[in-house]
Amino acid sequence: MSRAKKSKGVMVFIEFRRDHIRRGSIQLIGEGRRIADILGVKLSGALLGHGVKKYAKEAIQYGLDKVHLVEHPILASYAASPYSKVMVELVEKYKPEIMLLAATKNGRELGGRFYVHLQTGLAADCTAFRVSKGKNLVMIRPAFGGKSLAHIMCKKTRPQMATARPNVFTEPERDPKRKGRIIKENVKLGPEDVDAKMVQFIAHMEDEATRLADADVIVAGGHGIRKADTFGTLQELADVLGGTVGGSRKVVDLRWLSKDRQVGQTGKTVRPNVYVAIGISGAVQHLAGMQESEKIVAINNDPEAEIFKIADFGIVGDLFEIVPEMIRQIKERRPAKEPT
Amino acid sequence: MSMPESSELRMVVCIKQVPKAEQLKIDPVKKTLVREGVESEINPSDLHALEMALQLKDKHGGSLLALSMGPPRFIQALETAIGMGADEGILLSDRALGGSDTLPTSHALSKAVEHLGDFDIIFCGEETTDSSTGHVGPGMAANLDLPQLTYVVEVEVRDGHVRAKRAVEDGFEVWETTLPLVITVNHGCNHPREPTLLGKIKARTIGIIDDVNADDVGLDKEKIGLSGSPTVVDKIETVELPDRSGRIYSGEAREAVTKLLDDLEAEGII
Repeated sequence: MSRAKKSKGVMVFIEFRRDHIRRGSIQLIGEGRRIADILGVKLSGALLGHGVKKYAKEAIQYGLDKVHLVEHPILASYAASPYSKVMVELVEKYKPEIMLLAATKNGRELGGRFYVHLQTGLAADCTAFRVSKGKNLVMIRPAFGGKSLAHIMCKKTRPQMATARPNVFTEPERDPKRKGRIIKENVKLGPEDVDAKMVQFIAHMEDEATRLADADVIVAGGHGIRKADTFGTLQELADVLGGTVGGSRKVVDLRWLSKDRQVGQTGKTVRPNVYVAIGISGAVQHLAGMQESEKIVAINNDPEAEIFKIADFGIVGDLFEIVPEMIRQIKERRPAKEPT
Repeated sequence: MSMPESSELRMVVCIKQVPKAEQLKIDPVKKTLVREGVESEINPSDLHALEMALQLKDKHGGSLLALSMGPPRFIQALETAIGMGADEGILLSDRALGGSDTLPTSHALSKAVEHLGDFDIIFCGEETTDSSTGHVGPGMAANLDLPQLTYVVEVEVRDGHVRAKRAVEDGFEVWETTLPLVITVNHGCNHPREPTLLGKIKARTIGIIDDVNADDVGLDKEKIGLSGSPTVVDKIETVELPDRSGRIYSGEAREAVTKLLDDLEAEGII
């Protein structure tokens, strides 16, 4: 645990996956840049891997001043214990006042491990940051299911650590001319540092276009759809709208929909152009995952449903009548596609 | 911690009692969580952790201890755990623990685990619904210097070796490690069993649920509670939801849909 006065600079953990830097990390470089500029300090990146120098250059182009590059065969792919050990070493060596990680699953479990060795504070899944008058970081995160925002501060210890929710901060522009330092770091790692090994990866059978996080239109079902089969109709509506389907925690718990399609606090945060909530009452945990959608359309038979309070458009009525009618009328409005 | 001599597994599941998700409310004046009159429940992902541990116990035999940290009312969560099949429950309860953030919470639970004996697997849910950090499992692994596997959906144990599948954003990863370890369990990965009547009766048996305090597990008071917490909640800001026009139609389906689609068309949505 180091004291506030000795620590300086903002450090971002640069997380890569297979062949790319993760978007959450790139977004965080942009936000880290903003914070470092307010404080008038340097922004550095911590990049751990093996044969990953190209990512160091790329990360600099997104806005870093320097990258601490740690290359070792043991770090070739992510593993909590060796990564945690190296991060502790880097933070103790360079003493950043702020340490940020993307709140991906690996980012959260890594931060959750190494902050303990640093005996400092860690705020989870932040959606905004501010700098206080006393130059402390205000780490802002949704609380109580998104009904409020908690402002968390860590004044006594350094670094002030936070994980930041992906897809909340804007991705910075990449400047191919931007120059920064790449500092090669030597670490001692041996077999004793490897306590678990990944032996297989099974990719989700989904393409980019149907991924919830990237979808322009999401048609989401809740408990009101009554049975798993209704997702067939919802899929049809999603198809005519050029979107994809999602759902509430309830339908995932009931196994009507796979977990990777869940929107909400324990699922994914989405902000599509259009979110069509069907048979979703609008529990705060669900709203937390979709309330920043550009436009919200709600279909529900209960006029008092919370979802209507945040809807731009909606129909109070029987979804089993309304959804098929929507599909029919949308098709009717669309001129038949020209044969190519 | 040591390797088990037999195939029987000694397991502990860390659980928490949380306010029921749909009843979360904020006091409009005090801006704090309203706790009065709000029902509570065992944290939903902890039920999945319990189920995963119970399935291992069904297969390999051994013991399952449920551990919670909090005020006396958290005994409810332990009763649920015993009702489902856990052998005993321990509540770590002490006023000095009040106001702990995730750092002292991980510390206190780790000390409690060390105090309670040697375990092969320490389970946690992936996160709690009331503070949703997911820090406590990895924090305990750090404190106890154990391997951690998080967001686990399936686990197999054979001769001290562990093979587990974890859910990540773009798929599943299969990991191998050895006992002992910390596992955090992905929400929704299994069907938690209901507490049985016999189990509920057992939960009321004297001695099944015991409580320990900070001194019992050797906690340093400086390292727990508010004084041991690096973070403070500076303030709670009420979220102003975006002002939406809210054109809501009702009545005959066909007409309502036409009006809705006219609106969507005007907005360039369809």
